[in-house]
Amino acid sequence: MPLSPQVRAALVRIVSDRWVRAASAQLETFARDALPTARSIPGIVVLPGTRDEVIRIIRLLAHHEVPFVARGAGTGLSGGALANNDAVLIALTRLNRILEVDPQNRLAVVEPGVVNARLSEAVAEFGLLYAPDPSSQTACTLGGNVAENAGGPHCLKYGVTSNHVLELEVVLPDGSVVTLGSRSGEPWGPDLVGLFVGSEGMFGIATRITVRLLPTPPSIRTLLADFDDLTTAGRAVSAIIASGIVPAALEMMDQVCIEVVEASIYAAGYPIDAAAVLLVELDGATDDQVAAEGAAIEVLLMRHGARSVRAASDAAERARLWQGRKKAFGALGRMSPDLVVQDAVVPRSALPEVLDSIRAIASHHGLRVGNVFHAGDGNLHPNIGFDRENPDEFERVEQASAAIMQVCIAAGGTITGEHGVGVDKRRYMTDVFDADTLDGMARLRQAFDVAGIANPGKVIPTHACREWTQGAGRHV
Amino acid sequence: MSDARVQQRLRAVVGASVPIEHGPGDALVVSPPDDHRTAAILETASAERWPVGVRGAGTWSSQQPNALITIDPSEMADVTYLDPSDLVVTAQAGMQWSSLRATLAEHGAWLPIDPPGERRSVGSVVATGTAGPLRCGYGAVRDHVLGATLATGDGKLMRAGSKVVKNVAGFDLVKLATGSFGAFGLITDVTFRLRAVPRADATLVARGNRDRLLQAAFAILERGANPAALELYADDPDDDWILGVRLIATDEGVQAARDTVAGAADLPFERATDGATLWRDHAAHCLEHPATLRVGVPPRALPAALDLIRHDLGPGWTSATVFPGAIRWSGASDVDRIKVFRHHAAHQEFPVTVERAPVDNLAVLGHFGAYREGVGRLIGSLRTAFDPHGIFVVPERAA
Repeated sequence: MPLSPQVRAALVRIVSDRWVRAASAQLETFARDALPTARSIPGIVVLPGTRDEVIRIIRLLAHHEVPFVARGAGTGLSGGALANNDAVLIALTRLNRILEVDPQNRLAVVEPGVVNARLSEAVAEFGLLYAPDPSSQTACTLGGNVAENAGGPHCLKYGVTSNHVLELEVVLPDGSVVTLGSRSGEPWGPDLVGLFVGSEGMFGIATRITVRLLPTPPSIRTLLADFDDLTTAGRAVSAIIASGIVPAALEMMDQVCIEVVEASIYAAGYPIDAAAVLLVELDGATDDQVAAEGAAIEVLLMRHGARSVRAASDAAERARLWQGRKKAFGALGRMSPDLVVQDAVVPRSALPEVLDSIRAIASHHGLRVGNVFHAGDGNLHPNIGFDRENPDEFERVEQASAAIMQVCIAAGGTITGEHGVGVDKRRYMTDVFDADTLDGMARLRQAFDVAGIANPGKVIPTHACREWTQGAGRHV
Repeated sequence: MSDARVQQRLRAVVGASVPIEHGPGDALVVSPPDDHRTAAILETASAERWPVGVRGAGTWSSQQPNALITIDPSEMADVTYLDPSDLVVTAQAGMQWSSLRATLAEHGAWLPIDPPGERRSVGSVVATGTAGPLRCGYGAVRDHVLGATLATGDGKLMRAGSKVVKNVAGFDLVKLATGSFGAFGLITDVTFRLRAVPRADATLVARGNRDRLLQAAFAILERGANPAALELYADDPDDDWILGVRLIATDEGVQAARDTVAGAADLPFERATDGATLWRDHAAHCLEHPATLRVGVPPRALPAALDLIRHDLGPGWTSATVFPGAIRWSGASDVDRIKVFRHHAAHQEFPVTVERAPVDNLAVLGHFGAYREGVGRLIGSLRTAFDPHGIFVVPERAA
C-alpha cells in the first residue's frame, strides 16, 4: 500500500522539504544497493540530519505502523537496505559527525553515517586505528557496518565489527531510545550490543556508536606468495593457521582476479601466470619480531608449494599490493556489465576442495567466476560476472550462486560471513538453521519490534515461521 | 504437585536410565544425557509451571533453593567435535573446563579464556561470561564462542551460530546466551574458536604502590605493547599491589614485548618462574570470599573506580584488567553495601554484575541489578520470548 500524503507531509515537517525524496527519478537512485540481482523502489526517502530527527521520524512511522528501512552508503551486498513502496527509506548519510575521540581510553563515538575509512584517518594522529576494514571502507558507513557486522581483511587477527563496538544508542522501532553496553565494553546486563550488531536493521536504528580503537602496529610486513594451483595455496593457508603465528591478514586471489587486477589501473605487480596469490600481512611491536615471524612464514609457504615469496620493500609497495586486493571488486567489474559478489564461509581445511567445486560449478553454468577472499577466515567471495539484461545468463547466475551455497554448507560452512542475509540469502536460511532456531530468531525480532516495521522482509524466511507470522507481527 | 508425582512425570520424560535424585532443599536433581532430553524436561516443566534451576559443577554459584527441579548437565561432558587443523571445538556444557583444556592441549590447540574459580564447567563459564586476565589480549568469553545450543524455557532447541570462524547468518543468539546467567535458556553445548598452543608464554611481575603500577600499565599500553594479560591485583587493597604482565607470542614476539615493557615502565619487573601456577592461583583467589562482583570501567577511570570499591565495599580480593577495563572484586556479601556501591557505580556509568553471592543475597541483588531506562522492558520481552511461563529461576535483576 503506497504511503499516505499525511505521512509524507509529516516527514517534511520534521526534516524540511529539502530532505525528502518522493519523485520517481529521485526514488530510482535508491532502488538498489550493491547487490545487482535485486531492485525495489521505496515509497519515500527521508534524510534526517540529527538524531532527534531520526527519533521523531521513527515515532511518526511507529504511530502510523509504516515500515521503514535504514540505509547508509548503499554499499551492502545482500539487498539489506532495499525498501518496498509501502516503506520509508531513512538514509543516514547526513549523520556523519565524529562526536568524540578519547585516545586515552582508546575509543571514539560516532554517528552512523560516518564513513569507515574516515574514522581511521581521524584517529591516526593519536597512533590509533579502527580495525574492521571492509573492501568498501572508503564509502561504507559505520552504521551499515554495525547493521551487517561487517568484516574485512584485518579481521583475521582483530575480529569483526561486533568485537569493536562498545556502546550503542538505539532508537527502537517503537520510537523509544535505549543505550546498550558501556564505554568499557562490559555489558550492562545481557549482551544486547552483541545481539544488535548484525541484526540488519531489524531491531532499530543506532544513532550513536562507541567503538574501540587499536594502536597502529609499530611494525608491519607484507608478503606476496604465488602458486601454481589453488589447491596448493589452500593447503598453505591451513599450514599458516596451524603454525601458531596469527597474521593480521591472509588473503587469496585466483587467476581470474590476478588477470583483471593486473590489466586495470590497480595493477599491483601480481605474477599473471600464477594460479593463485596469497597476501600475508604480519604486524607487531618491533621490526625484529615481525621480520622473524615473516621469515618463519616464508619458510612455511615455500615448504607448502609456493613458487616464490617476496616482501613489500617499503610502504608504497605495501600500499600497492593492498590496493590490488581491495580494488579487485572494482577491477572485476571490467569483465562484465554486472558482478555478483557472493559470500560464504567454509572450514579453512576445506578451502581446496570447495574452490575446486566452485570452478566446476562455474564451468557447468558457463560463467566466469573470480575468487578474491579472506582465506585465513575461510570466508569466500566468488565473484560472478554477468549481464542483467540477459535473462538466461541471469538465471544461470542464480543457479550457480545456489549451487555454491550448497557446496559451502555441505563442507560444514555457512551462507554469509560478512555481507549479511538481506533479501539475497533468505532462501538459504532453512538450509543452515532448523525450524526451531528460525522461530527463535523470529521471537527475538518480535521482542524488539512487535509491529514488525523495521526493515521487514529480510533475514527470516517467512514460510519457515508461519505460525509466528500468523500469530504476531504484521510484517516479518 | 507432590514430589512423587513430579518424579513420576520426570521419569516418563527422561526414561529409566537417567539419574533423578533429591538435591539440597526439596529440588529434584535430574541429569539428562543429551540436549533432546534436556529440552523434553523443559517442555514438561513449562507445561506444569515447575520452577527450574540449573547447576554447573557447583564450584562457582549456589543451587537455587526455590527450584522444583534442578537440571545438572554433568552427564553431558564430552567433546563432540574437534578439528585441530581448523582450530574449532564443540564441548558439552557439563564438561570440566580443565578437562577441555587438557584435551585441546593433546591436539596442539588452546582456548585463551582463563575463568576465575576452580573446577568450572564449560556451561558455567559461558553462561556467566566470566573471562579472566587473558581478556586483555584475547577478548571476552563472547569473542571466542562461534556457536551454542540453547534449550529454551518452552523446550525448544536453538542451534545458534556455526562451526566456522566467521558467520553473520541470522540473528546472534549466541551473544544473547553468553553471559546472561541462563536467563534465556540452558546452554547444552558450545563451539569455540581455538588458537594453536602458544610458542612462547612469559609472565613479568612487579610489586608496589597501586597507582604507580597503574601508571606503568598505562605506559606499557601507550608504547603499543599488546600483552595477553595486564592485571593489577591485591589480596588486601591497603597493602602492596601486583602488576602481572603476561606475554604470549612467538619467541621473538615475547622478547620484543619484554623489551617494550622494560622500556615503558620504570619498574623492577621479575620474570615469574612458574607463570602457570601464578595465574592459576590468581583465578582461585575469588573463591576465598562469598561474593564476587564484576565492574566495567574505562581504563583511565580505574583509579576512581578502585577507590569507590574500597570505600563502598570494604576490603577484598581486587583484580583489575587494565585494558579494556574491568575490575573483579571478591569479598563479604553485604547486601546493603553492594546496593550502595551499585548506586554510586551507576552514576559513574560503570556496569556492575554480581557474578556470585549466597543465594538469598543474590535473590535480592540480582545479577545485574537495575537496567538503564527502556532496557529492562526489552530484557523482559526477550525473557518472555524464550521462557513464556517464566520457569527459569534466574535472579537477573534486583528484587
